[in-house]
Amino acid sequence: MTKVKTLDDLIRLRDELRTKLELREKGEHPEQLIQVKVAMATCGIASGAKEVMDYFIDELPKRNIAAVVTQTGCMGYCYAEPTIEVTLPGKEPVVFGYVNKEKADEIIEKYLKAGELVDGIIPQTFKKPN
Amino acid sequence: MHVLVCGGTGCKTSESDMIAHNLRSALAQHGLSDEVQVVMSGCFGFCEKGPIVKVLPDNIFYVSVKPADATTIVEEHIIKGRPVQHLLYNDPVTGEKITESRKMDFYQQQYRIALRNCGFIDPENIDEAIARDAYQALGKVLTQMTPQEVIDIIKRSGLRGRGGAGFPTGLKWEIASKVPGDEKYVVCNADEGDPGAFMDRSILEGDPHSVLEAMAICGYCIGASQGLIYIRAEYPLAIERLKIAIKQAREYGLLGNNIMGTGFNFDISLCYGAGAFVCGEETALIHSMEGHRGEPTFKPPFPAEKGYKGKPTNVNNVETFANVPAIILNGAEWFASIGTEKSKGTKVFALAGKINNVGLIEVPMGTKLRTVINDIGGGIKNNKKFKAVQIGGPSGGFLTEKHLDTPIDYDSLTEAGSMMGSGGMIVMDESDCMVAMAKFYLDFTVEESCGKCAPCRIGNKRLDEILAKITEGKGTEEDLALLRNLGQVIKDTSLCMLGGSSPNPVLSTLEHFYDEYLAHVRDHRCPAGQCKALVHYYIDPEQCVGCTACARACPVNAIAGERKKPHVIDQLICIKCGTCVEKCKFNAVLVQ
Repeated sequence: MTKVKTLDDLIRLRDELRTKLELREKGEHPEQLIQVKVAMATCGIASGAKEVMDYFIDELPKRNIAAVVTQTGCMGYCYAEPTIEVTLPGKEPVVFGYVNKEKADEIIEKYLKAGELVDGIIPQTFKKPN
Repeated sequence: MHVLVCGGTGCKTSESDMIAHNLRSALAQHGLSDEVQVVMSGCFGFCEKGPIVKVLPDNIFYVSVKPADATTIVEEHIIKGRPVQHLLYNDPVTGEKITESRKMDFYQQQYRIALRNCGFIDPENIDEAIARDAYQALGKVLTQMTPQEVIDIIKRSGLRGRGGAGFPTGLKWEIASKVPGDEKYVVCNADEGDPGAFMDRSILEGDPHSVLEAMAICGYCIGASQGLIYIRAEYPLAIERLKIAIKQAREYGLLGNNIMGTGFNFDISLCYGAGAFVCGEETALIHSMEGHRGEPTFKPPFPAEKGYKGKPTNVNNVETFANVPAIILNGAEWFASIGTEKSKGTKVFALAGKINNVGLIEVPMGTKLRTVINDIGGGIKNNKKFKAVQIGGPSGGFLTEKHLDTPIDYDSLTEAGSMMGSGGMIVMDESDCMVAMAKFYLDFTVEESCGKCAPCRIGNKRLDEILAKITEGKGTEEDLALLRNLGQVIKDTSLCMLGGSSPNPVLSTLEHFYDEYLAHVRDHRCPAGQCKALVHYYIDPEQCVGCTACARACPVNAIAGERKKPHVIDQLICIKCGTCVEKCKFNAVLVQ
């Protein structure tokens, strides 16, 4: 363990360690952040949803985007797996289908960063109670 | 993903260790060990519903989890993203499932300063504490402030001692800082002794670094380089976590010599107490640390002048310390904006007794008792009626229905005839006999009196005997006057606050429940039906259907009667064990 020799050392150490707890802090107030839900039912996993989820988890911090990535169950669009649902703060959720790493990259760059919609949106075909 | 499993003493006794272990092995089985981190955290506070498991970032709060549920959580929630319905909290009012802790009544009214990291970080990992700003306040103090500036902040914040007496903390530090001496000590009083109180234990178990950091800050202010934590040996988990925390802080150089290159030295060691209640009193505590009998001595000299080993010593309680780093980082004005005019900040309470949500809570000063009992506590168990709440442990008083709108702060509680105390809050319902409750607390004091002064040693014993007489139905009205008189004498003539406050439970029940005492001595009746010598069990012939359930269960065969005809209890044989009441499905057994 390296010694903390000055207050600056401590601040640096805190900032480094903070990322490890970020997930917990963000989880407490998810509505203020971008939420990415990856459909991880059998169909999704078989089509590579886990790789897509890992990609989001790895890439978002690298590109300095504060977001919460979680998994969810089958959204019903099994033909278009892997599917993800993205909710920007204050906006309606948008579902994207056929998301591979390249698509994920495009979604991050265009929709997450600039709010620009990209191809592959699945129109909502159902209503939810309430 | 992070899965937090409560590692407080309460949840650990309900096998939360096994839950964490099973979670880890289920995750390993599915190849998810790297993606999902299982963390043993400190107490979440919602002990009634423990063990607690929280999944983040999904923010799903599971209650009453069993080790066998671990596989379900992993397979359903972690892998498929479907929260496990049967482990969610059911709102007692609407019956709806609630997934997020902050939407539960139990958490909504709370404000967490001292408990800021409890149930959030892994207390055995200093890195998680540092990520949450641990030791930042110490760094700020050492590099940017003079001791007097720090003392001024604490004074302006209005922080008062959380151990019970409510002495202003900043003033205490200032006095200790002004006493000349090259060797001074900072002592943390972790001798939490009130029955039913577990605030300090939970802070030490859940966030030990907050206390260590504050002790170092105090050391800087008063000019001490040595800190001691006096903790009772019956808190093994808190001791274990403190040891780990001290070791990790030393490894980082956050305790020891030349902290953060400022030339300030401070180290902390542990001192074990044998669990005597009187050792919570600071002079007795110091004697016990020195290896002498744990007996209080007259003040002055105060510990600030002549304390541990005769050197100037500053003693603060665990919760008091836990507030300090937050005050330094957020400012005195922030802290002073919370609470009431004379009581600033928050207070942690251990809610216990006949209440639905037993647990650990932290509320702003000035919160009404009603809010704590009805909203956070979820009201009285089994829909019974609220009768009284006992605050401040064996030294505190009982408050009743008419006090429910009393704001919780030092002065209002004292005015109402109780005291803040260290934070035990025990709720009683209509089936609790107040005479018996007073006797319960007095039994404790008689046991725990150190025996040094006659009023406490002998007086409390006599009080206890009179109460025993009353609960056995042998008391007289003269006894009630004697109780009052003797209680007052003990209060006036005892040396320390143990004796000085020990008659409070008796005096406050006499004040608020005089009718109940009268019923015991005049009519030889216990209205709550708790004093065995005064109650009789009998069967209501109207209600009894003659099912024979009670007769078969009676351990002394005191119940007779034909099948399908009302039964009768033979009063001469009945030992009043209450088994028949439990067995009867028709509410036919009455107690009076």
